[in-house]
Amino acid sequence: MIQNQEIVEDLVGHFGEKVFAFEEPYGLLSFSVSPADIIEIVTYLRDHKLFKFNFLTDITGVQFPENKGLEFCAVYHLHSWKNRVRLRIKAFMPAEKPEVPTLTGMFAGANWMERETFDFYGINFLGHPNMKRILNIEEMDYHPMRKEYPLEDATRNDKIDALFGR
Amino acid sequence: MMEKEILAPKTVGDALALNVPLEEERELHIMNFGPTHPATHGIFQNILTMDGEKIVSSEQTVGYIHRAFEKIAERRPFYQITTLTDRMNYCSSPINNFGWHMTVEKLLGITVPKRAEYIRVIMMELARITDHLICNSILGVDTGAYSGFLYVMQEREKVYEIYEEVCGARLTTNMGRIGGMERDLSPTAIKKIKDFVNNSMPKVMKEFEDLFVRNRIFRDRTINVGPIKVERAMEYGFTGPNLRAAGVDYDIRVIEPYSSYQDFDFEVPVGHNGDTFDRFMVRNAEIWESLKIIKQAIDNLPGGPYYANENHYYLPPKKDVYSKMEALIYHFKIVMGEIDAPAGEIYHAVEGGNGELGFYLISDGGRTPYRLHFRRPGFIYYQAFPEMIEGLTVSDIVPIMSSLNVIAGELDA
Repeated sequence: MIQNQEIVEDLVGHFGEKVFAFEEPYGLLSFSVSPADIIEIVTYLRDHKLFKFNFLTDITGVQFPENKGLEFCAVYHLHSWKNRVRLRIKAFMPAEKPEVPTLTGMFAGANWMERETFDFYGINFLGHPNMKRILNIEEMDYHPMRKEYPLEDATRNDKIDALFGR
Repeated sequence: MMEKEILAPKTVGDALALNVPLEEERELHIMNFGPTHPATHGIFQNILTMDGEKIVSSEQTVGYIHRAFEKIAERRPFYQITTLTDRMNYCSSPINNFGWHMTVEKLLGITVPKRAEYIRVIMMELARITDHLICNSILGVDTGAYSGFLYVMQEREKVYEIYEEVCGARLTTNMGRIGGMERDLSPTAIKKIKDFVNNSMPKVMKEFEDLFVRNRIFRDRTINVGPIKVERAMEYGFTGPNLRAAGVDYDIRVIEPYSSYQDFDFEVPVGHNGDTFDRFMVRNAEIWESLKIIKQAIDNLPGGPYYANENHYYLPPKKDVYSKMEALIYHFKIVMGEIDAPAGEIYHAVEGGNGELGFYLISDGGRTPYRLHFRRPGFIYYQAFPEMIEGLTVSDIVPIMSSLNVIAGELDA
């Protein structure tokens, strides 16, 4: 059984400053990389002879409007089936240029996950073979999961959040 | 990227050998399969480019019933999100419900009593049985055998009656609560479950298998139809029965046991070709394993409470709400969504009917999730569909699609 500590030591030893912000929320190792390094690090983890993070579980996006300069985040979940260890990688991007290289070259399944993330948040996956919306209609001119689009109609004033404990 | 070369023979001999017409005689045409075609069993559009009856290439359009669950979830208190999960894979809603409850319990640090975990296991396995039963019997319908489908519908009805006994609903169950079950298993429910696993289901299942497994027509229509290699399946993010049919024994219930699955003795069936027939066989075998699990769970059902003593999160029993002040206060606070959850970041996965159903939850310490993402297995493996149907005929793509068990609700979230 591989401990998270071993993975951290190996990554820091190999990549140094490129991997940072290590956390372990609820036992799942999580760290950040810069968007440009994502392919290199995922390839390394996949081909590592001990860790073998062979499976891309999920790609999704998150937006942190308060995190000025790095508002968008692409979140990758990797899974090592042999070691039964999961891993979370985050790549933060600025709102003006939310761009990250695609993983479709390594995992065919990344295709739709990245399209979904693009659809929801407008994160552009560079090099993706078919970077267009997937769940919403093509004509939509905004990215609906962004925090600047509140769910409820802004013109209504009969629903005061404070009264509903929100 | 280079365009895929369409096989275009130049001489009559080549054309005969490849069983395709000469290039100048070829005429590709486009056919829409779906979005509201009865054989797609859901709202999917497949734009097929065809050469005669052979599929040259295809393009999938999804999202017809996208309901923005992830967006809606950002405005809802945690307990109200359960109803959203119902509507993802509606063939096995209890798995989605409990998967979500377990995610929140992990965030809150609640330990659920053994009895509640066992009840959950029973309900989840019943849900898996209905899910696989529908998938396999519909596959029968798509290959021309309607009677099997009608025959097993009766068993699904029995499971739905058990659901009704446990939570009051049938399809979109909203079963259980954060912290346990909303009510205990009633004696009627236990009787019905026992009758189902010991008497009616094994008999019907045996007959269902006898109808199909050695049926010449069925075998001809499914063996070596739509196979996927295990490496390719893993690249595409396959999980669940579809991956196990290709030969990997990847099952979340075993590798990351949740809800006391480690207490039960069961096997993970695998196939080896990854074709339509293997997927059918793996699902059948899983139904037998699920029956085994339910039998063990119902026979060793532990006593004790069926919910965790967590006033802040578990909706108090109605009886107490009417008679005790604290219960009334907590009831009000929970229903109005006034309870803050701790901040945290969680990924929790359960073995859904179709594979790894994951919940990625970020809580910022507020009353609603800051971000909630559902990893829907159907959405991820449906990408492989164009590759699987290339070069086949229209009559083959229908069984392949139903053997993959793509469910529009889950795919579009």
